[in-house]
Amino acid sequence: MTLIDTRTPDPKRLIPGATGDWEIIIGLEVHAQVTSNAKLFSGASTSFGAEPNANVSLVDAAMPGMLPVINEECVKQAIRTGLGLKAQINHKSVFDRKNYFYPDLPQGYQISQFKQPIVGEGKITISVGPDRKGEFEDVEIGIERLHLEQDAGKSIHDQHPTMSYVDLNRSGVALMEIVSKPDMRSADEAKAYVTKLRTIVRYLGTCDGNMDEGSMRADVNVSVRKPGGEFGTRCEIKNVNSIRFVGQAIEYEARRQIAILEDGGKIDQETRLFDPNKGETRSMRSKEEAHDYRYFPDPDLLPLEFDQAYVDELAKDLPELPDDKKARLISSLGLSVYDASILVSEKAIADYFEKVAAGRDGKLAANWVINDLLGALNKAGKDIENAPVSPDQLGAVVDLIREGTISGKIAKDLFEIVWNEGGDPRALVESRGMKQVTDTGAIEKAVDEVIAANPDKAEQARAKPSMAGWFVGQVMKATGGKANPQAVNDLIKAKLGIVE
Amino acid sequence: MSVDKATVKRVAHLARIAVTEEDAERMTGELNAILGFVEQLNEVDVSGVEPMTSVTPMAMRKREDIVTDGNKAADIVANAPATDENFFLVPKVVE
Repeated sequence: MTLIDTRTPDPKRLIPGATGDWEIIIGLEVHAQVTSNAKLFSGASTSFGAEPNANVSLVDAAMPGMLPVINEECVKQAIRTGLGLKAQINHKSVFDRKNYFYPDLPQGYQISQFKQPIVGEGKITISVGPDRKGEFEDVEIGIERLHLEQDAGKSIHDQHPTMSYVDLNRSGVALMEIVSKPDMRSADEAKAYVTKLRTIVRYLGTCDGNMDEGSMRADVNVSVRKPGGEFGTRCEIKNVNSIRFVGQAIEYEARRQIAILEDGGKIDQETRLFDPNKGETRSMRSKEEAHDYRYFPDPDLLPLEFDQAYVDELAKDLPELPDDKKARLISSLGLSVYDASILVSEKAIADYFEKVAAGRDGKLAANWVINDLLGALNKAGKDIENAPVSPDQLGAVVDLIREGTISGKIAKDLFEIVWNEGGDPRALVESRGMKQVTDTGAIEKAVDEVIAANPDKAEQARAKPSMAGWFVGQVMKATGGKANPQAVNDLIKAKLGIVE
Repeated sequence: MSVDKATVKRVAHLARIAVTEEDAERMTGELNAILGFVEQLNEVDVSGVEPMTSVTPMAMRKREDIVTDGNKAADIVANAPATDENFFLVPKVVE
């Protein structure tokens, strides 16, 4: 591929060296496991954590005479992902053999797509920030291609002094390799890219995005150059399996390369590994002739062909994507960009919010989901999938506030009760006597009592109306927070003879 | 296009096939004869002709996304020289 520089050097992304500023160039290859029941070319299961070699068919074990038959759902998932990346869908693509020898690759080759991938150029908009002013910056990152390929098996090296253990359960599982253009210029951008890509595939349901189970991993290509100069020689950091590590690996690798160049050395193009314990990258002993994969079209597989109607059918059933959802939340519910960004960041959060907001005040629902629910989840270290308060329960709390049945303050207590004990919020308000007091007689009585008990404060308040707030606080306390604060305020002013 | 003995030995190595000096010599000649024949085919003008991928025109067969196979770990490792708990055991390979 020809490298095209799509970016203008930006001072805030440059990193200083002894000889002046340097610019980091980053491109990513993300391997995303396709969500499917069966493997790409066999009927064996893709489930995680099975017994050794339990999810293996004779095809996956490359027994002689076995032939691959493609799983159509994996093809559809690749097309859906391509559509989500606003990419060109190729109506004809070809499977090739990528030849190399390794014990966890029983075929002696990986079935992949080389010259004619199923998906061509696309793009992702990432959001970087917030900066010191609390602002986000949108950056467009180009996608070079997406192709389908087989995963390899797994080797375990620490079970035996002289032998490696091989489990082929992953062998033949469908992967989408999603290749970006070298469009990223900082570790933060690379992290934002992986995060956004993960959000998109999760919305689409084409990959679960669980990096700790290996469902998504990234090969990170890093090079450095003087701002705006020629592209430098790159190093590829293989198999980075968390977003945080992507950032750390880039920071380390960029500084390593800058140190070499500033000492008058040159960068060797090589494959490196990131060691999370030491926070550094190190050279993999380069496999002899590692890059001679001798690709050729797999004679066991015909070209993969479909028409535009097939693509249109899939496009029709595509869910709303995060960028579209964000725009809709801002325009139709009047949410702030910040709130909308948080709500769409994870599909599970967006789904939860939309259930709470259905038929209700969007802003109030957003406040409760972001400040109260996400805040409490964060504090408890829980995921939204395991939230103790359901969207229906939180919706009921919002309704009770809206109707004036409870005050905002009581609502916080109610939320805590529902969080800890569960139950129907409406019934809880009844049974625990949490209803807001709207009976003016009862509020009036409380107001009279507080004024009578504090004649000196009443005198001060008459002279200085801002003191009235103190009385509102006292009355709220006396009524256990159940009085309507507005009604209390009005009554106190009337009783003290404060006119505004 | 033709190959020399070094190329033949390299290709053999990539394919993990042991080839003696003597065999490499002989194969260089054989391979060059084949390449010469292919060269002859190159004389045919095929511009505008789609590469033939199947003798009879047919579309790729596809399977449904249903688990129909697996759960035969003992069969899978049956021919392996060394196994443990249904893992294949191979001489240690570590980067």
